[in-house]
Amino acid sequence: MRVTVRLFARLRDLGGAGELSREVPPGGTVADLWTGLVREFPGFAAYGQSLSCAVNAEYAKFHTPIADGDEVAFLPPVSGG
Amino acid sequence: MTATTAITPAVLDLQALVRLVEGPGHGAVVAFLGLVRDHNVGRRVTHLVYESYDVLALKALDRIVQEAAEHWPSVRMAVHHRTGRLEIGEASVAIVTASAHRADAFSASRYAIERIKQIVPIWKHEYFEGGDAWIEGATADPDNVDARAHAMRMACA
Repeated sequence: MRVTVRLFARLRDLGGAGELSREVPPGGTVADLWTGLVREFPGFAAYGQSLSCAVNAEYAKFHTPIADGDEVAFLPPVSGG
Repeated sequence: MTATTAITPAVLDLQALVRLVEGPGHGAVVAFLGLVRDHNVGRRVTHLVYESYDVLALKALDRIVQEAAEHWPSVRMAVHHRTGRLEIGEASVAIVTASAHRADAFSASRYAIERIKQIVPIWKHEYFEGGDAWIEGATADPDNVDARAHAMRMACA
């Protein structure tokens, strides 16, 4: 299944784009998608525990299952205000 | 028509937010502006660029307004956050609260800014003399009860 990956801030710089399209095996989770991205972009590895995620613009967890066509966003630590 | 919450590239209009929340039963209005500062951790800042995950950031602001309403049911609140390039002295965030008496309006305002810094998916890209850097603060987890309790302690201190 194919999902849209959204990257922000420094993750976007490291990944070279704010939006990517990636393949995930059926039954995959946000964590599975992330593991693939870390292989692709080794700089992502440093984010490990400090990262948040969202699926279809709702906060999610790394164990959240994803479905074909989902938008999965990875959020580095935030700094609004 | 001014919305209660907004993520916008436009200049923030504090007066519009005041008009939105004020009312005949409100004896207090607290207006908070967060401004772009010319220094940070010893660096001379030239400007900031704010990036946002707009859809989720707006939901997060709505969530913060809802959380505040649960704790201070009589407070009316409006929160707008700006995105894009901001120069020194420009307002990045405006929070306006209104209540019958001042204590609740002050507390709810402080709660809102603490929560914004904790959970809203917005990022500062800081440009300073000699370089630039993404600022990374809190891991955004709206369900983190410790973070929410911390914001509440700051609000009620």
